[in-house]
Amino acid sequence: MNIAEYKGVFVFAQQVDNKLSGIALELVGKGKDLAKDLNTEVTAVLVGYGVKDLADELAAYGADKVILVDDPELKEYRTEPYAHALASVIEKYKPEIFLVGATAIGRDLGPRVSARIHTGLTADCTQLDIGDFPINPVPGKEQLHNQLLMTRPAFGGNTIATIACPQFRPQMATVRPGVMQKAPKVEGAKAVVEEFNPGFTPDNKYVEILEVVKSVVDTVDIMDAKILVSGGRGVGSPENFKILDDLAEVLGATVSCSRAVVDAGWKPKDLQVGQTGKTVRPNVYFAIGISGAIQHLAGMEESDIIIAINKDDTAPIFDVADYGIVGDLNKVVPALTERLKAELANKN
Amino acid sequence: MDFMLTKQHEMARTLFREFAEKEVKPLAQEVDETEVFPRGTVEKMAKAGFMGIPVPKEYGGQGCDILTYAMCVEELSKVCGTTGVIVSAHTSLCCDPILTYGTEEQKQKYLPDLASGRKIGAFGLTEPGAGTDAQGQQTKAVLDGDEWVLNGSKIFITNGKEADVYVIFAVTGMVEKRGRMSKEITAFIVEKGTPGFTFGTKEKKMGIRGSSTYELIFTDCRIPKENILGQQGKGFGIAMHTLDGGRIGIASQALGLAEGALERTVEYVKERKQFGRAIGQFQNTQFQLADMATKVEAAQLLVYKAAIAKNTQKVYSVEAAKAKLYAAEVAMEVTTKAVQLHGGYGYTREYDVERMMRDAKITEIYEGTSEVQRMVISGALLK
Amino acid sequence: MKIVVCIKQVPDTKGGVKFNPDGTLDRGAMLTIMNPDDKAGLEAALRLKDEYGAEVTVITMGLPKAEEVLREAMAMGADKGILVTDRVLGGADTWATSQTLAGAIRNLEYDLIITGRQAIDGDTAQVGPQISEHLGIPVISYAQNIKIDGDSVIVERQFDDRYHVLKAKMPCLITALAELNEPRYMTPGGIFDAYQADITVWGRANLVDVEDSNLGLKGSPTQIAKASDKVRKGAGEKVTLDPAEAVDYIIDKLKVKHVI
Repeated sequence: MNIAEYKGVFVFAQQVDNKLSGIALELVGKGKDLAKDLNTEVTAVLVGYGVKDLADELAAYGADKVILVDDPELKEYRTEPYAHALASVIEKYKPEIFLVGATAIGRDLGPRVSARIHTGLTADCTQLDIGDFPINPVPGKEQLHNQLLMTRPAFGGNTIATIACPQFRPQMATVRPGVMQKAPKVEGAKAVVEEFNPGFTPDNKYVEILEVVKSVVDTVDIMDAKILVSGGRGVGSPENFKILDDLAEVLGATVSCSRAVVDAGWKPKDLQVGQTGKTVRPNVYFAIGISGAIQHLAGMEESDIIIAINKDDTAPIFDVADYGIVGDLNKVVPALTERLKAELANKN
Repeated sequence: MDFMLTKQHEMARTLFREFAEKEVKPLAQEVDETEVFPRGTVEKMAKAGFMGIPVPKEYGGQGCDILTYAMCVEELSKVCGTTGVIVSAHTSLCCDPILTYGTEEQKQKYLPDLASGRKIGAFGLTEPGAGTDAQGQQTKAVLDGDEWVLNGSKIFITNGKEADVYVIFAVTGMVEKRGRMSKEITAFIVEKGTPGFTFGTKEKKMGIRGSSTYELIFTDCRIPKENILGQQGKGFGIAMHTLDGGRIGIASQALGLAEGALERTVEYVKERKQFGRAIGQFQNTQFQLADMATKVEAAQLLVYKAAIAKNTQKVYSVEAAKAKLYAAEVAMEVTTKAVQLHGGYGYTREYDVERMMRDAKITEIYEGTSEVQRMVISGALLK
Repeated sequence: MKIVVCIKQVPDTKGGVKFNPDGTLDRGAMLTIMNPDDKAGLEAALRLKDEYGAEVTVITMGLPKAEEVLREAMAMGADKGILVTDRVLGGADTWATSQTLAGAIRNLEYDLIITGRQAIDGDTAQVGPQISEHLGIPVISYAQNIKIDGDSVIVERQFDDRYHVLKAKMPCLITALAELNEPRYMTPGGIFDAYQADITVWGRANLVDVEDSNLGLKGSPTQIAKASDKVRKGAGEKVTLDPAEAVDYIIDKLKVKHVI
């Protein structure tokens, strides 16, 4: 492998039902940053059937070039034709970096492609940088420059590792959705669109799609929720949980509660967090009007970020909260909901 | 002398602990509160093979040793005393006597269903006038043609109304023994649904409240002649020998309760703060915990020794009595101290130690009170 | 039918992660378990065995101690266990691991290979699809429901907002999610039997069609540049603010943490 032959940052522009997934634009945004550091371009690889129109949107978010692989075999996602498409693009265009979203599709596709072309793949990255490997010079070992340094959590989030792929190209990573930022949209921006079809001949690796079932979103189990808005006795009444429901709706969060709330009959048992309820570990845990009895803390202290709102500044919940606000939840929570609405509206 | 458990036993403990934590612990409080027999848990235990651990494979059991069975009762009791005694009474008091004294036909007929947990077993010896003094039996069985006719009642029967197969003791006559007339007692297998076999009142108990403790009533209850267990007149020996085994189960239950209470307390004293520091930092707490842990381990060694003795010795009455006596008293002491170290919270039903203390008390009473165990132990010393 | 299930022994991250003084993971001090997704895969195989009849072989790559996880699988009902262990295989990334397992599996007859979606220590979800690539067979990842239909397998494959009902010709590789099923417990008797059974132990020499350059640390394209433990959590900040300031404060924190 002649590493010097490999140039440019490529990203997989995931689309579903001919709509670009959010991760596609996030990867274009991040790819653009990396391309700048490497003094090269970012290329989006658009794979599907009848998806040519999406190229302009990729351009508007910063893609310099779009490689379009358009074929009827690619209408619905299937591992084999998609893997063949990406592997063929890599063989032909030889990018130095290839990013894929760590979505259900990307985490299926990425490993298959990396295995086919024999390179490394770092999963679920939360940070990508261009730098040296080894990071600090090691006697007797050549320090390589302009390497992709891929950072990811491991061991259930207990450790953080930075990975490099010095001897193989492209350097491949899947990137966790929602972590990288999209670039600001530039209306009317155009990218060079290049069509490429490697040919698709079904073989034993092609699976047959018998049915596509779009599932209705069920209520989320509190153990699976990414954000929990959890209320305690301090909420005051079952009716007043409305302010928590509103906050949860804005954040796409799920409402949970403490034992006192279940005992009072305000909420069902399956929403209870704590030793006698469920153990949760969301990305964000809002503890609202929860004093923080030991048995409650045992069920939620592993949450990534704990935000507590309580009027009692001696409440034990503040011992585990990352951010504790001593204040009146009846005022803070509705105001927070309104602000979030505004913030999220601006962002879109 | 080797105090190391084998890898098999270690893995079995992992299994029992995982099952107890996942399937039993979440229900323990509710089972206690509602006094409802945990039928769903028994079905899960049946599927996992817990209802026939020491029963040989040829009879549909797991073919494991008594130590494995004792560890199962121990781990279940760590989180729920009720669940522990369900397995103990079923295995030690029903499967075991059928296995030991049953004919091949009886074993083939009853053990596969019992060992797989499709059916539950119970044991009926105690009567209103015959507790510690088992000779006080009043229930009678009279042979009438090809059937035995049972009349009388049994009380405090664990798994009472939930069981399907019962080992029942009844007086079948009088015999002369060393110049005195005494009752001839015989064991029988009685199936639920036999006409004349009904249930009386359900006991409301201090602890192990989810176990189904009932009075069994026999009114001209006719059972086939072949349902006699062992020989006619050998019932007293069968009862005593069965209880030797049962005591290992109850000792395991007591041990589990003590261990469970100790575990909860260790967690609690690290979290609970008074006077600005965790109460685990006070020497009083530390010394109490040290005593508790030492006694718990001593109890464990006695229980395991008795369990191994049942596999390796013909007679293990003294080992079983010592294990049960000590483990039960340690359970009572450790759970009481656990409540004390929990303070006011420990007295509330919010915390498991309150239930454990109530559950522990029965281990000093059933399947031979602590006083009976002392009689057995001293009797052997002074023989 | 012959089913091969790949399983991994992993540290139990739920039981708390322990570190050496130098910040690396103290694996020796941590309890180990069968990786949960793998256990679901094993359960899926055992259900197929119950329903259609099958021989289930479990295979793991790891230190000699990983034998435990094979015994556990056999105590649940697997028929055979294979341990792939060799010093030269140490330090493998997903590429080298999948090469090793594919090399071992080439010795076996199989209709179906089942792996867990991902291991809780690495969370990569790569080894299953990579094995299928090396063996040249189809992969269906994130299986939710598995049925056998003649010489094919019909699988519901989960995506974010939908599932596909897919049909693939066997041999085929399926990756399983922990949510796929509720794995059965071992049985006590099964545990004792599992310790009576023989475990097949394979080393480098038993791997078929794998080059040395694809094995172990040396055969791993990815290399660790840096590893550190996450900052441990204690009590954080506590502020007393009026409602408007409190909202600013929270919004700021949510932005810093990329929640919004």
